[in-house]
Amino acid sequence: MYVRHLTLKDFRSYPSAELALTQGVTTLVGLNGQGKTNLVEAVGYLATLGSHRVATDQPLVRFGAAQAIVRGAVVRDHRETMVELEITPGRANRARLGRSPVARPRDVLGTLRTVLFAPEDLSLVKGDPSERRRFLDDLLVQRQPRWSGVRSDYDKIVKQRNALLKSAASVLRKGRGAPRRPRPGDEPVDEARAAALHTLDVWNDHLATVGSQLLYARLRLLRDLVPDLAECYDAVSAASSNARATYRSSLHESLAARIGAGEVPDVDALRQGVLDTLAEVRATEIERGVSLVGPHRDDVVLSLGDLPAKGYASHGESWSFALGLKLAAYRLLRRDLGDDPVLVLDDVFAELDSGRRDRLAGLIADCEQVLITAAVGADVPDVLREQGMTYAVELGEVHPLTPQPVPSPSQPVPSPSAPREPNAVFGSESGGIPVSSETNAAFTSQVGEQEGEQEGEQDEGSGR
Amino acid sequence: MYEGAVQDLIDELGRLPGVGPKGAQRIAFHLLQADSDDVTRLVTALTEVKAKVRFCDLCGNVAQAERCRICADPRRDQTAICVVEEPKDVVAIERTREFRGTYHVLGGAISPIDGIGPDDLRVRELMTRLASGDVQEVIIATDPNLEGEATATYLSRLLRDIGVTVTRLASGLPVGGDLEYADEVTLGRAFEGRRRVDA
Ligand SMILES: Nc1ncnc2c1ncn2[C@@H]1O[C@H](COP(=O)(O)OP(=O)(O)OP(=O)(O)O)[C@@H](O)[C@H]1O
Ligand SMILES: [Mg+2]
Ligand SMILES: [Zn+2]
Repeated sequence: MYVRHLTLKDFRSYPSAELALTQGVTTLVGLNGQGKTNLVEAVGYLATLGSHRVATDQPLVRFGAAQAIVRGAVVRDHRETMVELEITPGRANRARLGRSPVARPRDVLGTLRTVLFAPEDLSLVKGDPSERRRFLDDLLVQRQPRWSGVRSDYDKIVKQRNALLKSAASVLRKGRGAPRRPRPGDEPVDEARAAALHTLDVWNDHLATVGSQLLYARLRLLRDLVPDLAECYDAVSAASSNARATYRSSLHESLAARIGAGEVPDVDALRQGVLDTLAEVRATEIERGVSLVGPHRDDVVLSLGDLPAKGYASHGESWSFALGLKLAAYRLLRRDLGDDPVLVLDDVFAELDSGRRDRLAGLIADCEQVLITAAVGADVPDVLREQGMTYAVELGEVHPLTPQPVPSPSQPVPSPSAPREPNAVFGSESGGIPVSSETNAAFTSQVGEQEGEQEGEQDEGSGR
Repeated sequence: MYEGAVQDLIDELGRLPGVGPKGAQRIAFHLLQADSDDVTRLVTALTEVKAKVRFCDLCGNVAQAERCRICADPRRDQTAICVVEEPKDVVAIERTREFRGTYHVLGGAISPIDGIGPDDLRVRELMTRLASGDVQEVIIATDPNLEGEATATYLSRLLRDIGVTVTRLASGLPVGGDLEYADEVTLGRAFEGRRRVDA
């Protein structure tokens, strides 16, 4: 699949923007802070309903504006679908698919699939376990959107359970021994304690049921991912490094050991494992008031050869590892879908040595659509720039540096329903005023100083 | 701020659920301009509801007497109890005309985040009703969300060995809904919970 056209309104630094895209490689070049990442972030948002840079939506909306709109025309199998998201911080986003609004934004998940690699992904290797869990869970959702619901159910169960552990702590700590069913006529304290313990059992049950499904899905995903990870890492680094990823589970030791060895127990075994472990840690959980068992406490251990990557790998190695994970994810989705996701490489080349740059270029040459950003054009290998479009991004405007998009030889012939436009279109639709002298500017937009000036934004060229 | 009486009205209306300050103002001025007969009818309705309506001693549903209409109806099957969260669920199930037993209204669902535990629901009253020994079946019809499911699990465990049949309303695809329009989560759950159809 590929994105044929991108429209932004009040997204990040762009009051309005229209960008025509093609299959093959598109390179966005510009100085720091000119709006390159903002563009590819919008593409990622269409696919995942989230940003790779921020956890909340507020920073995505142009400063002073109330809401942002991102719209993309996605072409798959010669068929074009329009996806539109309206981002309003503090309120539920709204989404459209084609011409019709959808009930929930998450109904658009799956229309566009992207794999985005950005500097932030270094935290996959160097950051907290939560980063690695999120990587797996996001990939699960890209594979099968239904996981988005399971994941949010699971999060709610953990929150409810933590609330119970905290609020019932005083009652639960009183006395020990097995819980008994509450009966009329019980002493109030015993009755309250029994009721709290039974409620806890209920949440244990739900945590185990939903948690084991999530865990099982993660384990299978990781099993599918690991061979590609090793291959992709080696392909980029031209070495035989034995890059591995193993799952570290919060379940009791014997099950955790099997999981760590790469085994994928069935869901029932995992469910029982969660329940057994919860029974073991009950006293500690009541003491501390938090849920200590389940997929929300797990980690993925990354290692190179005999050493863990975290704390040992060099900067370039860590970078290549994160890249290896993303390329492996790309391959996995490609296999699953029988179709290429859109690959986004934000600021990747600057961090790699020249050998790694060239090898990465070779690896991505056959991808249907690749969007690359770079502050220094020369960092991007010539082969990539020669076979695709290069745009200059300056103060939120985009101009082609190469006159015409040249399709790479490996690309399929574009269909009549989705013509590849030799000259990209102008950004007139959203009222953007062309300030460029280039007549075939692919894109026009202005930062800040246009109509609808909001207070606090007097500073022209806004906030750099 | 307005003159005394108007502001008092706005303040009172603003305390109602789902009414914000702007809405309260709009309603207040609507009432000011309304026919005095209309306003009198509203006042009467409000006074009556407080004076006459109460909660059924037995099931917790809204009632005009000690017993609600359903509990007082001798034709209703007293051996089956359908457990629901709110009075509005009774109305919804009654509309289907499928169920001829009686109800038990819990008054909510277990939700530790909102500080609601079994003690805050009418669980003990349910146990007392069951202790009489006449009831043979309990149908749990709590909402098909996390809190409703948790409440259902809690109740079915509590009732496990007191000799009544406990069933849970089939959840999954909304009845009358089109498969095509069901979201993937619901559809996924429906697949997981699928049952063999006996020919
Ligand atoms: N919500 C917003 N409203 C207005 N401007 C914003 C908003 N969010 C970000 N910006 C501005 O967008 C500008 C461009 O950001 P972007 O990350 O796209 O730059 P870049 O071209 O990728 O630069 P670099 O090469 O440093 O990565 C920043 O200067 C920032 O101030
Ligand atoms: Mg950037
Ligand atoms: Zn009643």
